[in-house]
Amino acid sequence: MSQSVKDRVIRILAQQAVLEPIDVSTDHSLEDLGIDSIGLVEAIFSIEEEFDVEVPFNANTPQDSAFDISSVAAIIGAVEGLIAARAA
Amino acid sequence: MKRVAITGAGTINALGHTVEQTHAAMAGGHCGVGPLDLRDADRLQVRIGAQVKGYDEDEHWSRQQIALYDRFTQFALIAAEQAVAASGLKFEGDLADRSGAIIGTSGGGLSTQDENFRLVYEDGKNRVHPFVVPRLMANAAASHVSMIHGLRGPSYAVSTACASSNHAMGQAFHMVRSGAAPVILTGGSEAMLCFGGIKAWEGLRVMSRDACRPFCATRNGMVQGEGAAVYVFEEWDHAAARGADILAEVVGFAMTSDASDIVMPSQDGAARAISGALRDAGIAPADVSYVNAHGTGTAANDRTECAAIAQVFGDHAANLMVSSTKAMHGHCIGGTGAVELLACLMALRDGVVAPTIGHQKADPECPLDVVPNDARDARVEVALSNAFAFGGLNAVLALRRA
Repeated sequence: MSQSVKDRVIRILAQQAVLEPIDVSTDHSLEDLGIDSIGLVEAIFSIEEEFDVEVPFNANTPQDSAFDISSVAAIIGAVEGLIAARAA
Repeated sequence: MKRVAITGAGTINALGHTVEQTHAAMAGGHCGVGPLDLRDADRLQVRIGAQVKGYDEDEHWSRQQIALYDRFTQFALIAAEQAVAASGLKFEGDLADRSGAIIGTSGGGLSTQDENFRLVYEDGKNRVHPFVVPRLMANAAASHVSMIHGLRGPSYAVSTACASSNHAMGQAFHMVRSGAAPVILTGGSEAMLCFGGIKAWEGLRVMSRDACRPFCATRNGMVQGEGAAVYVFEEWDHAAARGADILAEVVGFAMTSDASDIVMPSQDGAARAISGALRDAGIAPADVSYVNAHGTGTAANDRTECAAIAQVFGDHAANLMVSSTKAMHGHCIGGTGAVELLACLMALRDGVVAPTIGHQKADPECPLDVVPNDARDARVEVALSNAFAFGGLNAVLALRRA
């Protein structure tokens, strides 16, 4: 069975944070993981490549973006939403 | 006016991954030119170049660093690291606040552009990696050198095609001589041996398909190379006070513009740059014994350069040793003057003049001692390094034995 969306998002974020996936919890924020703004942009690129989606994210105003990045769980939920929207 | 010492040098190029390896290769007359190993080489008409071999970026850098460092930035960082280590300098406090990095490049992150144009045009992809811009920008090398070494003073890139390195080092010389900065890391870097980079040069029809033979009657064009060299230019008293090993003194620099043609060189522009550097250094032509020529192996450059040297040096031209090391390391474009300055350091410091290899037959239009094929032992007090760029921009440095 292929990896779940959760596992795939965690793998991307772990790679960006230079951590093992097992050390990334869904409760973590990006700040907890040490992912800065440029790291986030790179992670979003990886998510777009991995899931073939367009992430609505503007690095100038991340707080206003439709894409919730407040925690690992929020990012997983947002990605699942994008995948569902693409399938619809 | 301050005196300017060179207190460190570093390089990676087709002849070696260090200064010592490069000097040994230059002294041995080795040739770094070979078949090009790159994607779609079978679609190229020109299939030779002086590539840096035995280099694996994964051995030098982390994934995050590679995401940000184009090959030209990687080369510059490797050369700068060696140069700083050799100098023994640590950039802290006021020294860090006032020191900088001035790095020449012509193409900047051309490989990054090439790869990403491929993705969007050829492969039809609709997104590229977020770091394409910071990776390809011409100042990426200067910026990363400043960040790694904590240089917080004047840093920037200089781009004047094949004279980029000499213009950069000339600016560094001016900056240290004037007292504006105590130390500048300077030189140049180029990595345009990618499919698009070579295709562009093919278009000019000035490339050789077999070898670069500067000043030789049988020459048939230039051969591209790649690589970087970076030097520590340091205010002389600062270097002397800390007991630094001074490799050579930078004594003069001049730059001129032909203001005539975008590709054809001018004897007058070259001669004014050479004589200007001597005047700036307060050196008589007769005191010069070695000239590292621009010597590209094109008919236009070689004849014009020889005529310019004859014009400036008169009868003394017959006593000069004039070699082009491009036959060995290729034309490293924006990094070439920096790589070639290594030959000047070898002449001044080790008393070994690098040869012009591949020389088969004298060209009556280049009636100079081009140090054919074999290196020569000689005591050299003053050496010049010529660079004459497309666009008619000429830059000549004068160095004296320390």
